[in-house]
Amino acid sequence: MNSKRAGAEAVASKGWVAAHRWLLARRLCQLALLALFLLGPLAAVWIVKGNLAYSLTLDSLPLTDPYVLLQSLLAGNWPEKLALIGALIVIVFYFLVGGRVYCAWVCPINPLTDLAGWLRRRLGIKGSAHVSRSSRYWILAMTLLLASLTGSIVWELVNPVSMLHRGLLFGLGATWVVVLAVFLFDLFVMSRGWCGHLCPVGAFYSLLAKGSPLRVTASRRAACNDCMDCFEVCPEPQVIRPALKGAGKGIGPVILASNCTNCGRCIDVCSKDVFTFGLRFNNPPENGTQGEPTAATSGH
Amino acid sequence: MPTANKDRSPVPARAANTQSLARRQFVFDSARLLCGVGVLGLGLAGYAKQARARPPLAVRPPGAAAEDDFLGACIRCGMCVRDCPYNILELATPESPIATGTPYFTARSGPCEMCEDIPCVKACPTGALDHSLTDINQSRMGLAVLSDQETCLNFLGLRCDVCYRVCPVIDKAITLELRPNTRTGRHAMFIPTVHSEHCTGCGKCESACVTEEASIRVLPAKLVKGSLGEHYRLGWEEKSKAGGHSLVEDRELVDLPDRLPEGVHLEGHFDPGSDPLPAGVPAGGPALPSLPPGLGGPAAPGSGLNQLPAEAPR
Repeated sequence: MNSKRAGAEAVASKGWVAAHRWLLARRLCQLALLALFLLGPLAAVWIVKGNLAYSLTLDSLPLTDPYVLLQSLLAGNWPEKLALIGALIVIVFYFLVGGRVYCAWVCPINPLTDLAGWLRRRLGIKGSAHVSRSSRYWILAMTLLLASLTGSIVWELVNPVSMLHRGLLFGLGATWVVVLAVFLFDLFVMSRGWCGHLCPVGAFYSLLAKGSPLRVTASRRAACNDCMDCFEVCPEPQVIRPALKGAGKGIGPVILASNCTNCGRCIDVCSKDVFTFGLRFNNPPENGTQGEPTAATSGH
Repeated sequence: MPTANKDRSPVPARAANTQSLARRQFVFDSARLLCGVGVLGLGLAGYAKQARARPPLAVRPPGAAAEDDFLGACIRCGMCVRDCPYNILELATPESPIATGTPYFTARSGPCEMCEDIPCVKACPTGALDHSLTDINQSRMGLAVLSDQETCLNFLGLRCDVCYRVCPVIDKAITLELRPNTRTGRHAMFIPTVHSEHCTGCGKCESACVTEEASIRVLPAKLVKGSLGEHYRLGWEEKSKAGGHSLVEDRELVDLPDRLPEGVHLEGHFDPGSDPLPAGVPAGGPALPSLPPGLGGPAAPGSGLNQLPAEAPR
């Protein structure tokens, strides 16, 4: 057990709400999106139809999951125009805000794996199967290969992400078994196992983040007191070190790694307000080297 | 940093050793990863193969391509389900024996209502439901089959006719074919007969069938449709194509005696190859029709109403 919970310092210095600002915003966003989708089937108010694979908002805005569409293309099917437009909109959007914003702000599995990660910390569950974080890219390649070899969208048969979202809107059936399996896997078998190591959906969206302008930046990294809270709460802690500790190596303060989900938890838990949302272009390597933190980059 | 490496160019033995160890570790790790993902992929491919076998009673929406193509096109968004005004479509849940998340309906509980504007097809973003389908009567969701003649009320000689009455393509997709009722000897049976060139597979017949288990069912056409083979020529069709000239009867054919078990005499059966010619028919005349008397053939002596064929011709 940790003697001190991650983020305790931040709560003490900023207050609970300020120390959970982005977490609350994220949960609100996830809930609001789900509510928007559920409004149709539950209350017959059809603002959004469909699910995360493809949806039509107000009968005019198409949004397509580019990953499933790519699999369909590889399987040898040419989609209708609306699906292509929808995919284009989604690709541009996630390029702008960071691909894995999908994971942190939209994906219905995220609250569950976050809960598993939180429980792991609270219960002090140690030990984790070691699998490389790059496994997800191999799995992504495998799903694309399977689609083109078999001519059918194989990954969608087992994809817990789309399965859960579809299940919530169209009838859950035995989907809860798959979801529970992912949760227990993350809790007992592998720390941050699903989202951080295996999920090819996240891997695909991380590819959209190469060059995303909106990034988290450790703009006041000189103020870091090495409390390690950000590493503790971050679902992809490997992305933090280069930016936070790179001042001596000539690396700028912006977290450029495409696997950063822009969840903002590091911003929340830092009592020194080291992190903030910023633009990738505002990345001076000399930041933090003079011992005096440069002015924080303006918000988003 | 290349410069840092250059500074200590004579690599100590221990460093070289750890380097090769690290290389070995990298190779092993990569092999482990590839094998793991490979096994996962194999398992998935096997499962996908199973998932292609759609259960016969799950019917795809109108315009759905063949199952293999459909599973490569459908992204499981459920737009067709949402736009079906009769809410008959469902998305398969993981425990059902249909590919997870794909749309289907069950004809017995809710058949396709054959909307003229086909909203489900229009809603499909991928073309898994073919947008070139604009006339619902051209859809082929399956093929109705009168699968149980033992329980079909019309086959029992009753006038149920429900499947025929509810058929949206009545008198084309299902017709009632008259057959003599040999049980009573005095009635007709109205046999519901499905014609595959018109049946859309909507399932209204199956849904309406009054027997406890449906006696008529919509099944995948591939499962039930036979095929004659390219070489088959149907005499009567060839005859009409040839302007009424039979391709057979125009020739001098020898009609061999019909072979029947010894001592068996079929009432009403006329065999021009062995029976004596009826009175008034000149011997050696050309083209004697080999139809039984009473059914277009020459009247045989002593023929009566009870001399109907024992089995209805199909």
